[in-house]
Amino acid sequence: MSDLITDASTSPSGVSDEIGTKRSLPGALIRSVRTGAPVVPFLAYVTFGLLIPMVVIINLAFRSSTGKLTLANLRTILAAGHLESGLLVGGQYRAGFENSLKLALVTSIIPGILGTFLAYAIATSNHALFKRLTAACSGVLAQFGGVNLAFMFIAALNATTGVVTHWLTEIGFNPWDHGFSLFKFWGVAFVYMYFQLPLMVLIITPAFAGLKESWREAASNLGASTWRYWRHVGLPVLAPAVLGGMFLLFGSGFSAYATAEALTGGTIAITPIQIGDILNGNVLANQANLGYALGFAMIVILLISVIGYALLRRRTSRWLR
Amino acid sequence: MSTKKMKVAVAAGLVSTMLSGVALVSGGANAATKKVNWSTVTSAKAAGGMSALIKAAKKEGHVNVITIPLAGWANYGLIMKDFTKKYGIKINDANPNGSSAQEITAIQQDKGRADAPDVVDVGTSYATSNLGLWAPYKVATWSLIPTASKDPSGRWFDDYGGYVAIGCDTKIVTTCPTSFADLTNPAYKNEVAINNNPTSASAAFYAVWAAAIANGGSYSNIAPGLTFFANLNKIGNFVPGGTAATAASGATPILIWWDYLQNGVAASVPGWKSVIPTDGTIAAYYTQAITKDAPDPAAARLWEEFLYSSLGQNLFLQGYARPIELPGMIANKTVNQGFLAKLPAAPKGALTFPTPAQVTTAGTTVDSNWPAAISGS
Repeated sequence: MSDLITDASTSPSGVSDEIGTKRSLPGALIRSVRTGAPVVPFLAYVTFGLLIPMVVIINLAFRSSTGKLTLANLRTILAAGHLESGLLVGGQYRAGFENSLKLALVTSIIPGILGTFLAYAIATSNHALFKRLTAACSGVLAQFGGVNLAFMFIAALNATTGVVTHWLTEIGFNPWDHGFSLFKFWGVAFVYMYFQLPLMVLIITPAFAGLKESWREAASNLGASTWRYWRHVGLPVLAPAVLGGMFLLFGSGFSAYATAEALTGGTIAITPIQIGDILNGNVLANQANLGYALGFAMIVILLISVIGYALLRRRTSRWLR
Repeated sequence: MSTKKMKVAVAAGLVSTMLSGVALVSGGANAATKKVNWSTVTSAKAAGGMSALIKAAKKEGHVNVITIPLAGWANYGLIMKDFTKKYGIKINDANPNGSSAQEITAIQQDKGRADAPDVVDVGTSYATSNLGLWAPYKVATWSLIPTASKDPSGRWFDDYGGYVAIGCDTKIVTTCPTSFADLTNPAYKNEVAINNNPTSASAAFYAVWAAAIANGGSYSNIAPGLTFFANLNKIGNFVPGGTAATAASGATPILIWWDYLQNGVAASVPGWKSVIPTDGTIAAYYTQAITKDAPDPAAARLWEEFLYSSLGQNLFLQGYARPIELPGMIANKTVNQGFLAKLPAAPKGALTFPTPAQVTTAGTTVDSNWPAAISGS
């Protein structure tokens, strides 16, 4: 986003600098409007769809249900639970954050690594058709999330009626008898990876274009082994792209809601589901501001991962020029 | 979208200011026909009786309800149709699949708009903890509503409800469970579901509470229910996320849900049977309230009169829900015997409910402990 804004504001002045004093002021104005205009719908969209809701959420995160300024919501969502006569008091939102972070880490690191290898295999393949096919598949599968995906896995792998479960039982291995559950942490993580892995392939594939064949030839002419080439050339060039991709996967895994909700019926305690519980509640009244506080905390965490991605992307793009 | 909303709100504000100006002027000029302000009317009798109410409501022409499921839920679809047929008043149903929390939010955010909710049907705790939002009103059959199920001044009153019941697909399950104790049978591995998450779904929350009562808990102690489900999860019998759809697909052959919704499942799933568990259950009723700033105050009040007439109450009964006036209707013989015969037998003894404070305490306990109870990767 910041890239776009700076692009829009610097390029007109850059143009007028080049041409110097010949250009009249109205001409420059028209030109700057003409270059700036296409960005306006986007800026409007970002303002109404992102900035204003964000300001509202941040404001309400610090309000009590009667509208007074307070830090109580943040305190509640960050508090650790304690036991009172065998029962937990509080702490569920902190547990939710822990689960969400764990889920986001698992579903960014594993698909991040696997996706990189897969993308490398695709990039170095000699079959043009195979390349195009996998690129198209990755594009489709990376967007295949939410309720559809959850129901696909339920239909395939649920304990009683799942088709795949049935086949596996036929060959003597019912995964549900060996500790597998589609509805618990690793089940959800497994389903997330279904869209995270192709997403990683999509993100990382351009980076392999930055690995110039001439570098490898140069390294090998100078007597470097394959290992040394990767250690000193390949990995350092790729690392920012891989890490940046993982940041993006982290954001996607941290904020996904519909897939987990549809898959587990909301029983896995992760932050997006807890926000949904509060906004769609039928049990405990007047908790909306806790929901906003949770939203605020998610914004903070996602901002960190987006900034990390942006910084790393800047390093990556240097090698792609 | 938010600017559009604001514009509409401003326009509505202007119109209502103009209208109230007109009303004031006409009221002043013609003091003989006393202008009734329906927003403050607390019973039909106090404002010229039912005929005056019907006349005023017809003039408003429509009533805004919110989050009323269109089909398969306590017969609401037919209830709305019959109301419109009887009075010629259109019903605008906003957000049919929404929740109680969304109803409260809508009242707060749509205040002053012509399409703001006139009446709500919410979980009791949402009505009792937002008393400032409601206009007091007592329907003609007020005395038939049990004292524990209404606000003394008429700001809220329960409408229909039922008991936690265990449903079971006899095509998949050979011997159906009849109690919570039965559910721990290893034969039911991966088969027992509740309707989503007890931290937000009322049916699931009361399923936990019913399990508590079956295991030595009470209205003031829901903990045994959490222990019960933690154990059910540990032994592998528990599956999350039961709905009418998962019941139909066979993914959740045993489903703990409201008795009236079980009957809805039975209507579409051949072989679906339900029982009220023998070792413990709990009843919960939904609650009606008229909003203080209702844009159609007369139609809102007429809607309530319709719901609490023997016609409206029997319509709930037809949808397998237990109307709040049921005991009174059985006594005064206005109940439809055919509909009544289709309900599963209620547990013996008087219908009792936890207090709002007990609901809040139980809800908070479940909120904090449910993640831990069913966690484990």
